[in-house]
Amino acid sequence: MLTLEGLKATQGAFTLRADLAVKEGERVAVIGASGSGKSTLLNAIAGFLSLDTGAVTVNGEAIEHMLPGKRPLSIVFQDSNLFPHLTVAQNVGLGIRPGLRLSAAEHAQIEAALGQVGLTGFGARKPSALSGGQQSRVALARVLLRKRPLLLLDEPFAALGPALRQEMLALVGEIAEAQKLTVLMVTHDPGDAEALTDQSIFVEDGLAHPPVPTKELLSNPPQALKDYLGH
Amino acid sequence: MARRVQPISTYLGAAAAALLVLLTLGTLGAVAWRAEGLSGLRTSDWLAVRFTVLQAFLSALISVVLAVPMARALARRKFRGRGLLITLLGAPFILPVIVAVLGLLAVFGRNGLVNSALVWGGLEPVSIFGLQGVLLAHVFFNLPLATRLLLQGWLAIPGERFRLAASLGFSDRDVFRHLELPLLKAVLPGAFMVIFLICTTSFAVALALGGGPRATTIELAIYQAFRFDFDLSKAALLALVQFGLCALAATLSLWISVPMGQGAGLGRVVPRRGGSVWLDALVLLLASAFLLVPLVMIIGKGAGTVFTLPDSTWGAAWRSVWVAVASALTTIALALPLALAALNLRARIVEGVGYLSIAASPLVIGTGLFIMVYRWADPVALALPILILVNAAMSLPFALRAISPALAEIEADYGKLADSLDLSGWARMRVLILPRLRRPMGFGAGLAAALSMGDLGVIALFADPENQTLPLALYQLMNAYRLDDAFGAALLLLTLSLTLFWLFDRGGRADVDA
Repeated sequence: MLTLEGLKATQGAFTLRADLAVKEGERVAVIGASGSGKSTLLNAIAGFLSLDTGAVTVNGEAIEHMLPGKRPLSIVFQDSNLFPHLTVAQNVGLGIRPGLRLSAAEHAQIEAALGQVGLTGFGARKPSALSGGQQSRVALARVLLRKRPLLLLDEPFAALGPALRQEMLALVGEIAEAQKLTVLMVTHDPGDAEALTDQSIFVEDGLAHPPVPTKELLSNPPQALKDYLGH
Repeated sequence: MARRVQPISTYLGAAAAALLVLLTLGTLGAVAWRAEGLSGLRTSDWLAVRFTVLQAFLSALISVVLAVPMARALARRKFRGRGLLITLLGAPFILPVIVAVLGLLAVFGRNGLVNSALVWGGLEPVSIFGLQGVLLAHVFFNLPLATRLLLQGWLAIPGERFRLAASLGFSDRDVFRHLELPLLKAVLPGAFMVIFLICTTSFAVALALGGGPRATTIELAIYQAFRFDFDLSKAALLALVQFGLCALAATLSLWISVPMGQGAGLGRVVPRRGGSVWLDALVLLLASAFLLVPLVMIIGKGAGTVFTLPDSTWGAAWRSVWVAVASALTTIALALPLALAALNLRARIVEGVGYLSIAASPLVIGTGLFIMVYRWADPVALALPILILVNAAMSLPFALRAISPALAEIEADYGKLADSLDLSGWARMRVLILPRLRRPMGFGAGLAAALSMGDLGVIALFADPENQTLPLALYQLMNAYRLDDAFGAALLLLTLSLTLFWLFDRGGRADVDA
């Protein structure tokens, strides 16, 4: 579904290479030490970093020349996923149409999406009136409405406590299930990787390895991952 | 990122930049075309050049020297009203010059408080007119500015340094040498240059307190050449000299790296003791009296007559208000496209155009516009549109300074998120940029409105009784020795300036979350 062919991208003095494919509907963790290139990989796929060489395709369509917002994917960042001056409903509505000129039917869609993430009736609030977990839920409600086949998560719940994080991962699982999404999630926590994903991409010194089963990777880690995990 | 190039805003930015180049360099060109060689300058004109440099130099020197003890006292003492005093130090920026001049006359003028005391004590009265009056007014305006700039520097010294100094048993002299002297070396030259630059284009102060061969600034000489002799070529020549002087001073101050006067976070007290409490108290008391008594005089003497002002004064007030509002809106209409274009094109030079008016003088622009239009249209009929445009151009650097960093911050904080949601073009403006820029835009528009409201410059070139503004009406009341009405008009002008600033600034703050 997602293929990276001969991908090479440079960010400052750092270079990332990747040659891999992810199957449709798979949930894949992106694991590696900090500075190994996990976020660079996501930025290259999402279009925030232009490629030196190589191709990125989604369902056979080359996307590397598309602007970030036009690509067939949604991305949830570690923080600042919401505009603080817009209401919750407006923040979610951006997923339907960025200009926010929405019909009554579309407002109903927003309310339904908020219901799906457990935030019924929160539409009129501003993000500052929400907890961290609730803010993450708003970002996921927007993912529901964007209806893009690929979901990228860049350490999305790193700031939340363990229990809340489990809850959010479960919610991501439900959403991915319901919308048949392919998911790529950057994480530094093997527990998160096991909880959500069945495959893992291990990133090491600027090289992203093709995905292998998460359980296998974690039970028999290569030396670099061993060093990182501290086993 | 390619995404951020939005052609519409770039075209608008280019148009705004072109208009500003026309206003500053274009008018200068028009003026130069009329001028007839430097030999045309007479001795009296060279005296004006000399006086301009001399008074600017002395004003800057006195302001920064007096600011040192004042900033130090504010930095190290904690007392009731400290916050209010620091806020008040920002007020002279939007205080109409002519109002302050009248207030200073009430204190230091012929029948003012100081001279009354001198005469009562059997001493000779002193005159406020001439160099000393010009310096007095300039220090009144710029001592607070210098103090704020210095205070900012003081508070930027980490408290840990003072703690370390105390633990090492530093004396007051050691603290001065190791902590405060480096700070002063870093901040004082910049503050000096800013004030020097401000004072080189002084017009209203020189008009009211200077004059004569011994106390005429170049700006005043341009006005006189234009208004009394109608000698365009001489006005043009003086305008060129003025621009050269300003450009030189502006270049120097860029080179010296001028401290930013945003005044954020001035509330902290540097945790240190030492120095004389009584000396600090005396410094603060004297400085506060110097800055506040003139304003108190305006309020006290104006309160009785403000409601019985003649209709013509109210007419001028109304005219000034709408000119100020139009000028504030024009400022924002110029600043926003310039800042956006500079960000989109990653070209600081586009923004730099907005700062050109720092080196330009309003009277030069006014003279240039006159030369450009007088063959085709009646400049007096165009006086108010010209005034709006010139005032907007003069306020632009301050508005840009508020808007431009805020815009860069919006892109840094939310650019990626907006890109990922395909928020682009006008939708990006409407949904993201304008709502988040409300605060700096309101502040910038407030400054522009207050500056325009209090401006006494270009209008003096073109004025006739039909289109005079409130500052000009006030000046004429003062000249006619109708002092009761003058105090009333001054109080009205002061109130309107502060109210306009407050309304715009407030409008930007309302209903904005984090």
